[in-house]
Amino acid sequence: MTVTQPTRALAALSLVMALGLAGCSSGSGDAPAEEASGDQPAQDASTTLTVWVDSERVDSLQGAADAYEDKTGVAVDIVGKDTGDIKDDFIQQVPTGEGPDIAMGAHDWLGELTTNGVVAPLELGDTTGDYLDVAIGAATYDGTVYMLPYAVENIAVLRNQELVPEQPTSFDEMIASGEEAGLDHPFIVEQGAEGDPYHLYPFQTAFGAEVFGTDENGYDATDLQIGNEGGEQFAAWLGEHGKNGSGEFNTDVDGDIAKQAFLDGTAAFWLTGPWNVSAAVDAGIDVAIDPIPSPTDEVAAPFAGVKGFFLSSESENKVAATDFLVNYLGTEEAQLALFEAGNILPALSAAAETASDDPIIAGFAAVGENAVPMPAVPAMGAVFEYWGIAEAEIIGGSEPVARWQKLTADIEAAIG
Amino acid sequence: MSTETERMTTDPRRRRRQDRARGIADQAGGSLRGMLVKLVAVGIVDAIALYAVLVLATFGEWGVLAIVVAVAIVINWIYFSRRALPAKYLAPGVFFLAVFQVFVLLYTGYVGFTNYGTGHNGSKDQAVNALMASALERVPDSPTYPVTVVETGGELGLLVTSPAGNALLGTQEDPLAAVDATFDGDRAVAVEGWTSLQFADVLERQSEVTDLSVAFSDDPNEGRISTPDGSSAYRYTSTLEYDGEAVTDTATGAVYEDIGTGAFTAEDGEELLPGWKVAVGFDNFVRAVSDSRLAGPLIYVTLWTFAFAAITVGATFAIGLFLAITFNHKRMRGRRVYRSLLILPYAIPSFLSALVWAGMMNESFGFLNQVIFGGADIPWLTDPWMAKLSVLIVNIWLGFPYMFLVCTGALQSIPDELQEAATVDGARPWQVFRLIKLPLLLVSIAPLLISSFAFNFNNFNVVYMLTNGGPRDSDAPIPVGHTDILISMVYKVAFTGQTRDYGLASAYTIIIFVIVAVIAAIAFRRTKSLEELNG
Repeated sequence: MTVTQPTRALAALSLVMALGLAGCSSGSGDAPAEEASGDQPAQDASTTLTVWVDSERVDSLQGAADAYEDKTGVAVDIVGKDTGDIKDDFIQQVPTGEGPDIAMGAHDWLGELTTNGVVAPLELGDTTGDYLDVAIGAATYDGTVYMLPYAVENIAVLRNQELVPEQPTSFDEMIASGEEAGLDHPFIVEQGAEGDPYHLYPFQTAFGAEVFGTDENGYDATDLQIGNEGGEQFAAWLGEHGKNGSGEFNTDVDGDIAKQAFLDGTAAFWLTGPWNVSAAVDAGIDVAIDPIPSPTDEVAAPFAGVKGFFLSSESENKVAATDFLVNYLGTEEAQLALFEAGNILPALSAAAETASDDPIIAGFAAVGENAVPMPAVPAMGAVFEYWGIAEAEIIGGSEPVARWQKLTADIEAAIG
Repeated sequence: MSTETERMTTDPRRRRRQDRARGIADQAGGSLRGMLVKLVAVGIVDAIALYAVLVLATFGEWGVLAIVVAVAIVINWIYFSRRALPAKYLAPGVFFLAVFQVFVLLYTGYVGFTNYGTGHNGSKDQAVNALMASALERVPDSPTYPVTVVETGGELGLLVTSPAGNALLGTQEDPLAAVDATFDGDRAVAVEGWTSLQFADVLERQSEVTDLSVAFSDDPNEGRISTPDGSSAYRYTSTLEYDGEAVTDTATGAVYEDIGTGAFTAEDGEELLPGWKVAVGFDNFVRAVSDSRLAGPLIYVTLWTFAFAAITVGATFAIGLFLAITFNHKRMRGRRVYRSLLILPYAIPSFLSALVWAGMMNESFGFLNQVIFGGADIPWLTDPWMAKLSVLIVNIWLGFPYMFLVCTGALQSIPDELQEAATVDGARPWQVFRLIKLPLLLVSIAPLLISSFAFNFNNFNVVYMLTNGGPRDSDAPIPVGHTDILISMVYKVAFTGQTRDYGLASAYTIIIFVIVAVIAAIAFRRTKSLEELNG
């Protein structure tokens, strides 16, 4: 007893010391390193680019990283991280000087990243024209490009071709064709108790209600469009198809329930993104990718999410990082390698064309032609705070127009 | 049996001899091994400390280094000194207390007095750099200029090739001017009197190269040229100017000054973000209690928090105690199996079981409605009162095994003789329980009940994972729900949408800490009277 207790305590103690150490080193300043790089000549291996990427994409970036090291002698350290941690860790660690040089992320982080001053502008130079327009639009915030885009993602309708062989042209036709095939609920989309505006947005745009208006610098947060006449028409339509109406929309349906319904064949149409295609294909379903059937004569345009790489504003290696991003990750080869890992349409036009040989990718790309980037302005956070719950309540039976007007009022009050 | 032990212990000489022999044997066998283990363990601690010192020295963190050295010396002294026996037991605990409690509390307290959060994330220098970098706008339709970075006497210059094929040279001070240069193809690569930097040389001086901006001409409106990658340069104009004190918007003429709030602010109150982190005194605490949006929700959220914590503690204790008594009965068969089964909810991570419960309580598709209630539409998680009930059910389900465990332990420590004596005196089972067992139990369990109350007062996991505070109260001006407890409401207020207000969150945390501490202090004082039972 007298022997084992201090021993165990010491073992634990040394662990804590190690932890404490890790904490100390991550919190320490970068000043000495900065001074040293100025007057010390030729330390070839000293430059290392640290790149934070989503753990699933580490392997696909290794090729570009190795190529860069062979060419320039700059080592590229690809660090796999959990996708959910990258943004907050980046924001917290960049000001301490301990953050990475480059981080992978999504374009709708830009409002938050620029407000915190942790992201540096990225000059794409003459390569700007090589990317899809929607990708460059999304990478631009307040008139400045901050992100090297690598993939464009949007939702579309997955159709079970065995159940419904013909592509429907409107929302009502879709429901009718599914019911002909003997299904009670032919169309399924995930919602959840607090709604899911992202998945309902195509129907909202079909009624002509965008969230914000746009000016030459992109979205204009002072020009709230959500409460216009189209918005109220959309709300009324949503109510008609909610719990007390025909029941196409149900807040009890979450992502897993929607997936299961499509895989079981109880739903023939599933409004979802490319991330769910492999599950459907693996289950042996003959999937076709359709445009989103519109409830009106207008196109039902979804949000586009653009993924890319950000350059840290506190990076000591901006020249190497910019060179690596623009000239190595902006190549068709690197973009296709990333495409292999995620099966999402590449942002580089040439790579997108190659990838579109696959009919599934081509299907999403066709829908994406009408997609608009999800607004990255910080006000969007406030919009999401009220938007989903309003839609959920309309689906649940609230008086649609009045509830929609309250939504508009809530957002206006929150944005100020 | 009892007579034999009596004889052994009552013979003093024999006992002393035995003790001495046992002591010698212990020293011979145990202490050599003990010494070895101690040497290795302290050696490991010292090795880690040495490594820490080396790392910290390279970063110039002298303050932390001094702390590490001091702690290492103290640990060595404690474990090699013969006099510091109590410290040998106390040191690890004190160390953990300092690292995991004291430091965290002090740091939270510190953050509560700053404006740390979205837009106030770093230092002022970083904010200025970020503002100036994002204010650069590329001159419309300007070309990409091939460029070579050149150097003389430590000063950097840009050797620029114009679209017409002319070579131009400029530095931070001197605008671009025509020079005679050596060309490699279409690109000017060298000029007399200057050394051309190769890519590896550029990498050595990256910060200097990216900071270098050369005036395009004597006219400042024509912009400045800079190169992000050392080989191509672009022409930019800036929409902001910084003179070391204030920032001026060149387009609108608005002047933004540092007024001590951690951001450049115009006269009309408009702030330029990013700003920087500053101490703001008690501002966060004032905002925390005076936020008008909170006035309504705060009352019912506080009531519910107290109800949630109190009902949880009461119900888990009642169920745990009942089961403990039942399974403590000697005539019960298979007690071990039942006990193991009962501990299962405690063994599963609480957020995992909360998610599973959330799935089972789904109104249209959940196991409860579909299977147990045969297709009923019970709004477990969507009706305000049902959701409260559901949260309680899940939390009690998660919490009763703990109470069961501690009650079982406490019951077994009550001597059977007491019960036998009471029964002989004619007490009935209920009287035995109420007058003898329960008071004795409470002596050891009451502190655990208080800590359980404190834990459930801040039981974020269950609420967040099961209902996320929902169903939403759509009349409230903040996104608060009917099952939100104080801590989850604070989370929603401080981290709304894309805004992370760590300062405000820390202030709220401290307020909640004070509430819980006061309740615990009062409760502990009242339980002291129970201890006299044992006295």
